[in-house]
Amino acid sequence: MFSNPDLQKLLFGRLTLDAVPLHEPILLVTFAMVGLGGIAVLGALTYFRLWGTLWRDWFTSVDHKKIGIMYIVLALVMLLRGFADALMMRAQQAMAFGDVEGYLPPHHYDQIFTAHGVIMIFFVAMPLVTGLMNFVVPLQIGARDVAFPFLNNFSFWMTVSGAVTVMASLFVGEFARTGWLAYPPLSGPAMSPGVGVDYYIWALQIAGIGTLLSGINLIATIVKMRAPGMSMMKMPVFTWTALCTNILIVAAFPILTAVLALLSLDRYVGTHFFSNDLGGNPMMYVNLIWIWGHPEVYILILPAFGVFSEIVSTFSSKRLFGYASMVYATVVITILSYLVWLHHFFTMGSGASVNSFFGITTMIISIPTGAKIFNWLFTMYKGRIRFEVPMLWTVGFMVTFTIGGMTGVLLAVPPADFVLHNSLFLIAHFHNVIIGGVLFGMLAGITYWFPKAFGFKLDEFWGKVSFWFWLTGFWFAFAPLYVLGLMGVTRRVQHFDDPSLQIWFVIAAFGALLILCGIASFAMTLVVSFIRRDQLRDTTGDPWGGRTLEWATSSPPPDYNFAFTPVIHDHDAWWDMKKRGYSRPLHGFKAIHMPKNTATGLILGVLSIIFSFAMIWYIWWLAAFSFLVIAVVSIGHTFNYNRDFYIPADEVIRTEGQRTALMAERV
Amino acid sequence: MSAASNAGHASGHDAHAHDAAHGDHGESHGSFKGYITGFVLSVILTAIPFALVMGDVLGNDRLTGLVIMGFAVVQIVVHMIYFLHMNTKSEGGWTILALIFTLTLVIITLTGSLWVMYHLNTNMMPMHMHTR
Repeated sequence: MFSNPDLQKLLFGRLTLDAVPLHEPILLVTFAMVGLGGIAVLGALTYFRLWGTLWRDWFTSVDHKKIGIMYIVLALVMLLRGFADALMMRAQQAMAFGDVEGYLPPHHYDQIFTAHGVIMIFFVAMPLVTGLMNFVVPLQIGARDVAFPFLNNFSFWMTVSGAVTVMASLFVGEFARTGWLAYPPLSGPAMSPGVGVDYYIWALQIAGIGTLLSGINLIATIVKMRAPGMSMMKMPVFTWTALCTNILIVAAFPILTAVLALLSLDRYVGTHFFSNDLGGNPMMYVNLIWIWGHPEVYILILPAFGVFSEIVSTFSSKRLFGYASMVYATVVITILSYLVWLHHFFTMGSGASVNSFFGITTMIISIPTGAKIFNWLFTMYKGRIRFEVPMLWTVGFMVTFTIGGMTGVLLAVPPADFVLHNSLFLIAHFHNVIIGGVLFGMLAGITYWFPKAFGFKLDEFWGKVSFWFWLTGFWFAFAPLYVLGLMGVTRRVQHFDDPSLQIWFVIAAFGALLILCGIASFAMTLVVSFIRRDQLRDTTGDPWGGRTLEWATSSPPPDYNFAFTPVIHDHDAWWDMKKRGYSRPLHGFKAIHMPKNTATGLILGVLSIIFSFAMIWYIWWLAAFSFLVIAVVSIGHTFNYNRDFYIPADEVIRTEGQRTALMAERV
Repeated sequence: MSAASNAGHASGHDAHAHDAAHGDHGESHGSFKGYITGFVLSVILTAIPFALVMGDVLGNDRLTGLVIMGFAVVQIVVHMIYFLHMNTKSEGGWTILALIFTLTLVIITLTGSLWVMYHLNTNMMPMHMHTR
């Protein structure tokens, strides 16, 4: 491109036209599809004149409800990418036996399993959890927004920036080939000189900032902004689990940031923290990243436990059995989750005393989890159970997750782990708890709170179809991996020689196709529900006979959530209000003080993408420049005093009047 | 951020009144004297370790290292009291609870890592093994 190579290097770092992988047919097809899809979406937005709405009401919004919904949309989009990776792996492993090499060369296959893990954990599970907490928590505690509304918008855009960075690696350069935790020395400068690991590091660092800040935000919200009368032991269980999850986030994510910073120092300036020279030790990386990694597992699962607690008591029309024990179990899990990290590397070479200590703590942590399962069962016992879609997910979870938990306790026994470590048994185990726990929980939560968010229920038929495909698909996809793992088949293998294994991989691939049907039915649920939205309309604000405060307001809630801050007497606040014959206040409305929208979060997000891209490709001038602009914009925003406004009393009266009319119409 | 955070509450106060009355939540924001005390203490606690290293006063590297770490811990406490205004009553006891939680996790992380890595080294480093 340039005759002077020095000039090109100065301007573009190590970025050249060769970085665009035009020579890979699979990627070329992906290019074309993403390009066409993108043009279609942009065209539709322009055709329906949605840009203004999108910008004003969504992208720049500081409303916790809209940010929560945007998190979930991000997660569902990324789920498609992560699941496409999964299908490609299943197809490759089902065919690559003996002389057949399959269609994915090893360097591509390695990128795919790494991207699958990174995307599913950081850009599907995390945004689902954060999104649901964002939407539900302020409503459940009777607040008008989170404690720091702008920070919330900024956190969201940082998460998006991380996701965009990962996606960019598909089209410019490559992604890491190291597995989702990028262990050195494989991820060090000697073994991975390319841009893949740098994409990994910067995507996670940027998204990590968003996660950490949203954790601080939600802790402050829960601690400081509960409605009067709501003491800690009157908080809904979902809010309790959200509090514990965010405490875990704030305590654990700095460790990830520090470890990745040390790894980047190794890669960028030649330090030796995780090499074998000069006193470095790669095992230290494994140790540190799992001190973050194990709490991360509980960050994901605790909110799912909260969702199931809400759903079980609502659909059994009963108070949750053992509220206090549920809270204590959650708190105990929060603490214990910091005492088990070594079970991820029993085989690293520590002696019997270390391994037995961490094996025993791992078995202990299953006790509070088991207590929760019994609490849910006792809540259902003698309840009037309605098996609607959220309840189906809950029952599916209880069966699936219990089995996943038991294989986990099996892996917690160090001698057994020596046999099963790094095998497909492990893969089956953690998919069993993450799909059966987190994913089922989030899909249950989405179905449960969807009418609250959009004002109409999701279609029941397609919801059930989706559930049954997911459940059977999960078992078809992962039960064979348990079998293969017990036979000693290791993970991350691109090609096999023993033809007797093939049938199991074919069954697993069939399971993945069933899950594909599950995802398609979920999409179908959304489409059908949107078409039938008038029949599915929820005019009461309380479509399920709910128990907690979010069902006290309209569906969808007004911008200010509650015209008057409710006063709480019991932990099932709304149930208690209904029982005592609560009537909505109809007059005396006042102007409401609200935070104003701002585009700063989005701007900082875009700048962060530019910064990380420059760092990944060694374009130093751009990195320095974009970092400077980030600093200027951040400091500049602190001088923005135009950040709040009042919703006039007239508008509140009009909104509340409409609701009164709607409710009267129905009666 | 104060106006924005208070916007969540139902209050009909003027935004600027909120900025002015920032201290009405009961948390202490420290005094000029407090900050100066903290600053002077920090300087002293930094100067002493610096002198210990530069002058090689103790004549023993390991001992010097331990003494520096001791000073560092004292300095952390100084920062928490004078700059972060932490005491057992602020924010209704939430800050001290957060501190206890943080200490627990830091201790778990440090002692756990040291134990794990030490154990690993004794088991895995060939020079420690009596081969043949």
